[in-house]
Amino acid sequence: MDFPVEILPALAFYMFAAITVASGFLVIFAKNPVHSVLWLILAFFSAAGLFVLMGAEFLAMLLVIVYVGAVAVLFLFVVMMLDINFEELREGALDYIPIGALIGLILLAELVTLGSAWVVGEDITRNAAAPMPSVAEVHNTEAIGQILYTDYIYAFQGAGLVLLVAMIGAIVLTHRTRTGVRRQNISAQVSRRPEDAFELVNVKSGEGVSLTPGKKG
Amino acid sequence: MDIGLGHYLTVAAILFVVGVFGIFLNRKNVIIILMSVELILLSVNINLVAFSTHLNDMVGQIFAMFVLTVAAAEAAIGLAILVIYFRNRGTIAVEDINQMKG
Repeated sequence: MDFPVEILPALAFYMFAAITVASGFLVIFAKNPVHSVLWLILAFFSAAGLFVLMGAEFLAMLLVIVYVGAVAVLFLFVVMMLDINFEELREGALDYIPIGALIGLILLAELVTLGSAWVVGEDITRNAAAPMPSVAEVHNTEAIGQILYTDYIYAFQGAGLVLLVAMIGAIVLTHRTRTGVRRQNISAQVSRRPEDAFELVNVKSGEGVSLTPGKKG
Repeated sequence: MDIGLGHYLTVAAILFVVGVFGIFLNRKNVIIILMSVELILLSVNINLVAFSTHLNDMVGQIFAMFVLTVAAAEAAIGLAILVIYFRNRGTIAVEDINQMKG
């Protein structure tokens, strides 16, 4: 019996979609926030799979690198670093299920209604701002680069600026000056002169010398 | 069996609703709220890429990249605020964050 190869894309889509949605649910329902972060990582991975299915390979890899490699690890780091009583935070969470489910259902119904009532116009694909080149000629990464570094160069620079500000902001926010840290003071060491460090005392015989500490450096 | 735009939009819509629901469900835990926001932004990205593929327009993928950038910056700043808040108060319960109440 031959395996029907033509159903593979649909199979892959349903697998990735199901895993994405299921791990999304587990993110918000997991009792332990560390588990939440791990489910979030799985959700990002499956979403990256969906991106690959849609032909956006570069964004898929970006999702894995940025979200899994940076953001999720940052979350994991913070969850593990802070000593929080998560049981206490979960108290009364179940009280909000009815109102949350109600609003969620309304939102989902609205989105589904919108999605089913809406159709793509006939000639809309001819009005593309940046028509997608065929995959045989230009691959996805190159196609993104050709637009990103030309038409969207200012937005690209702005995104870089946003990241720079976020980095500086995160450092400034979490930085604290510790008291009681003994650091090396190089300028004080270099500018130290012999007369600060020692003194010559002419000791008379039989009288000794008084050793008063702290008189000179 | 053809997988079209509608399938991807459905996944994105469900993920969006899950994110919103997560904010309601974990009202006390800021970390889970931030993760829910990440889920919402992810669903937006799926939407953008789905439309980009469907309409043969690269701009959707460019926009998804910018959304990704902003999401990363937001997570960094949000977690930094969380860390200093925990350092000052010893808790991250949302209900206790009312110092600036008029």
